Amino acid sequence: MTFTDVHTAQGYDDLPRLMSLMTGDEKHGPAATSTLDAVWVLYDRVLRVSPEAVDAPDRDRFLLSKGHGPMAYYAVLAAKGFLPESLLPGFGAYESPLGHHPDRVLVPGAEISSGSLGHGLPLAVGSALGLRAQGLSGAAVWVLVGDAELDEGSNHEAIAYAGAVGLERLHTVVVDNASATHGRPGGIAARFEAAGWSTATVDGRDHQALYEAYTAPHPGRPHAVVARVEAKV
Amino acid sequence: MDTMRERFASVVSRLLDDDPRLAVVLAEIGKDGFMDAARAHPDRVINVGIREQLLVGVGGGLALTGMRPILHTFASFLVERPFEQVKLDFGHQGVGGVLVSAAGSYDWPAGGYTHMAPGDVALLDTLDGWTVHVPGHPDEAETLLRDATAAGDDSVYVRLSAHSNSAPRDIVPGRFLTVREGRGGVVIAVGPMLDSVLTAVEGLDVTVLYATTVRPFDERALRATAGAAAGAGAAVDVVLVEPYLAGTSTAAVNDALADRPHRVLGLGIPRRELRRYGTIDEHLAGQGLDPASLRERISGFLG
Repeated sequence: MTFTDVHTAQGYDDLPRLMSLMTGDEKHGPAATSTLDAVWVLYDRVLRVSPEAVDAPDRDRFLLSKGHGPMAYYAVLAAKGFLPESLLPGFGAYESPLGHHPDRVLVPGAEISSGSLGHGLPLAVGSALGLRAQGLSGAAVWVLVGDAELDEGSNHEAIAYAGAVGLERLHTVVVDNASATHGRPGGIAARFEAAGWSTATVDGRDHQALYEAYTAPHPGRPHAVVARVEAKV
Repeated sequence: MDTMRERFASVVSRLLDDDPRLAVVLAEIGKDGFMDAARAHPDRVINVGIREQLLVGVGGGLALTGMRPILHTFASFLVERPFEQVKLDFGHQGVGGVLVSAAGSYDWPAGGYTHMAPGDVALLDTLDGWTVHVPGHPDEAETLLRDATAAGDDSVYVRLSAHSNSAPRDIVPGRFLTVREGRGGVVIAVGPMLDSVLTAVEGLDVTVLYATTVRPFDERALRATAGAAAGAGAAVDVVLVEPYLAGTSTAAVNDALADRPHRVLGLGIPRRELRRYGTIDEHLAGQGLDPASLRERISGFLG
């Protein structure tokens, strides 16, 4: 799907207004905003992908595994020109491509359809393997998961395997709003470290800290960035 | 003669040499057959360890980058354990791949129920657009595997078995084969059930169709055969003999014959656990699928 009335790129200050088109509210709930800064910094400063290159074989991939509360994601995609602002008010409506969980077949720029937890990280592992097998070694794969989503066993399969084989072009962002019921002894980063990943834990609202964590070198290892935000209440 | 699984490893290893789009994903099971291929194509023969959810997710991820993944393990661990991954990481993502199973419903009776998956084809029937191949001989497995890997971005399931007919048939992927003709009903034998069915119907006036592709179901062949076997407009009797859950294809037969009177008997593996070990032949007899049991059940139904 392509659109002709897409606005040119907008800035971080536009995101609250874009989100209010979906939520009808200038103050957004934790589910809507927990990923906002982590996603924004990726699209604004890190990912090599653009509306003109959504099908380019060597583009960077961002996989939103945490498909719940995708308003921040849609707002960023609109701000960056992947989809028109005019679609946002239809959020969740029958005629709208923007569901409460994203569908890659309907949303320009969305790399995966998500909502069921625990699928994005394994899909990201496969994407990184597929790009490597095709010699597209410059492309990076990023996947965003929630801290509670890490409870899913499928993610543990992916973390263990990616670390063991040193899948260097794979990157995971864990947005940690302390929503996991049982948590992880030693913290989230320790789980990745034990599996051989490079890790960084930062304030998920601090754009410079996120940028530095995202771009830290991690030769021969996959990289996990834990972005801490205010606890879900 | 090699087994279907051995043929899978040798054929797909050669296909990897020719088609850079193909990648094999394994979860330990079957890795020995791909040792040479893994050395030749280290980025396209991937063993994720004993991680079946990851196996399917990785396949979906490979497909998202434009590759054609071939996933292999026992049916229990390929279709049943990670079923949501099959549903979401292929169909819902709008991508396809090739799932190749082994062990099926009764390949390892001594191993018991943990390694039996009679419900695999019925599970795939809950999803849209899967092609399902059930070869009855290693040569047929090769034909169907080549067809599956070359089938664009289709989603294809190939069900390999240690149970085999004595000789291959001249099959065409997607089509039923008429093996014999009669006027007293139609018996559809799926994959490795053909030899037992032919023995069972010896001397009976029935048509036997041989199905090695069951999805999509070859409605045209059944309708043409039913018309010839029973006469236009007359009621037709159809018996299905499937090597997986009894009745899996009954709805497909009903749909094919919706506009004409018919009766259907679906034979296959019952839902109840047999809780017996032993050999394939003993297990088939215990499930009522040996030639003597089949003859009794088929002739009883056809009257």
